[in-house]
Amino acid sequence: MDFNMNLILGQMVLGLVNGVFYAILSLGLSVIFGLLGVINFAHGVFFMLGAFAAYMLGELFGIGYWPALLLVPLIIGALGLVVEVTLIRSLYKLDHLYGLLLTMGLAFAIEGLIRITFGPQGLPYNIPDSLRGAINLGFMFLPYYRAWVVVAGIILCVTVWLVIERTPLGAKLRAATDNPQMVQAFGINVPVMLTLTYAAGVALAGIGGVMAAPIMSVDPAMGTNIVIVVFAVVVIGGMGSIFGSILTGLALGLLEGFTKAVFAEASSTVIFVVMVIVLIARPRGLFGKMA
Amino acid sequence: MLDISKLDAWYGESHVLHGLDMQVPEGKVVSLLGRNGAGKTTTMRTIMGLMGKVRGTLAYNGADLLKMRPDQVARKGIALCPEDRAIFPSLSVHENLMLPPIIAKGGMSVDHIYELFPNIKERATSRGTQLSGGEQQMLAIARILRTGAKFLLLDEPTEGLAPVIVQQISRTLSEIKEMGYTILLVEQNAHFVQGIADVHYLIENGNIVDRLEASEFEKNIAKVDKLLGL
Repeated sequence: MDFNMNLILGQMVLGLVNGVFYAILSLGLSVIFGLLGVINFAHGVFFMLGAFAAYMLGELFGIGYWPALLLVPLIIGALGLVVEVTLIRSLYKLDHLYGLLLTMGLAFAIEGLIRITFGPQGLPYNIPDSLRGAINLGFMFLPYYRAWVVVAGIILCVTVWLVIERTPLGAKLRAATDNPQMVQAFGINVPVMLTLTYAAGVALAGIGGVMAAPIMSVDPAMGTNIVIVVFAVVVIGGMGSIFGSILTGLALGLLEGFTKAVFAEASSTVIFVVMVIVLIARPRGLFGKMA
Repeated sequence: MLDISKLDAWYGESHVLHGLDMQVPEGKVVSLLGRNGAGKTTTMRTIMGLMGKVRGTLAYNGADLLKMRPDQVARKGIALCPEDRAIFPSLSVHENLMLPPIIAKGGMSVDHIYELFPNIKERATSRGTQLSGGEQQMLAIARILRTGAKFLLLDEPTEGLAPVIVQQISRTLSEIKEMGYTILLVEQNAHFVQGIADVHYLIENGNIVDRLEASEFEKNIAKVDKLLGL
């Protein structure tokens, strides 16, 4: 094992970049599960579609990264809206397992469709010119783009958390998570709220996809690969816990980076080891509420 | 005016309301008295559109409530204060108060509500579920007064509360009545509704078994007590 401090710090910074993606995705997943009770396995696919949408906007219309960052969540959100209305809505009265199975089928179908259309190989997506280059941190050269991802991702997560915890809209969402029937009896159109929440949750995944496109190659499996880890993050953080999802996502990204530096062979499994330990010691997750 | 006629309602396979008939005139307080399981809460839930399977007539100012979702019923100006008070644990007292949207003009201002319920103001930043039972009940009533709804469904507001709190709620309801609200008050406490309600309906096994004007209530109190199992 190599305990070079610069290597450890460098890998942890790079792990933090992954952690930001985990946080963004687990945040959306957590909001959707909290309000809709749907374990949205298709979340990773919306992340992948976000990356492909950015790629297609560039290829077809010459639309660059920055406009794509605004347009893609709208496109993915609209797609999520259609999915919720046509597929997810019929499952609300059934066990969570049905939602998981349906979204799993949906994920594999969409991924297959993208693979047929674009091929299995990853497609390149360029870093925007304004974020080329790197900064010397002393222990590593950190590309500006990755620094941007960390800062923008954390700001995005904190903003979503503030909206949910500190605004009247967030209060409605939290109340509907506690008791949707009563919230509807107050005159709030809960079915529309559920649709918009699903759309917003997958739009977040879409933003994550755009941000990931220049780092990961844009390929059909990128969503499925990451969603497995994100599910572990949500389980560790606590199902339905927004704060837990953000913090756990970032922390596990750091842990993954640290493990990569000290024992690289275990880096892809360490998160799942933590998940097993948490499930045994504290089944509701680190920040989850008692059932 | 709420007009209920030949109303049937089911929980799954369980038939709970059996052709229930009653009217709640505008500006009046009407009580619905009965034992546990008689169908009182089901009547409230049916009015709010919260029951799955229903049949009969349920008209509010001519509008057919049976065809509406709960949010559409609420938008007609009908507000429910449920038996369990439905205080949201993840919301502060103030957030609980502000949660229901304003559905019509003429609702109480927050200042007026805080004047009417000073305890709620003092605990505004606490979690809703950290309030005492009486404070939670006041919050649940205050919450619907803000919305501008003029027809209030109050489901056992005195349940489990200390006598001093019951008196306080009684005074509050009298004040609300003076303001012209229409109230359907579900209760098991006959003495609580006696001084407030204009009309009393007695319910048993999902059906109305008697209707008493306020003036007839005292001389029929033995019958009421028997129905309530006292």
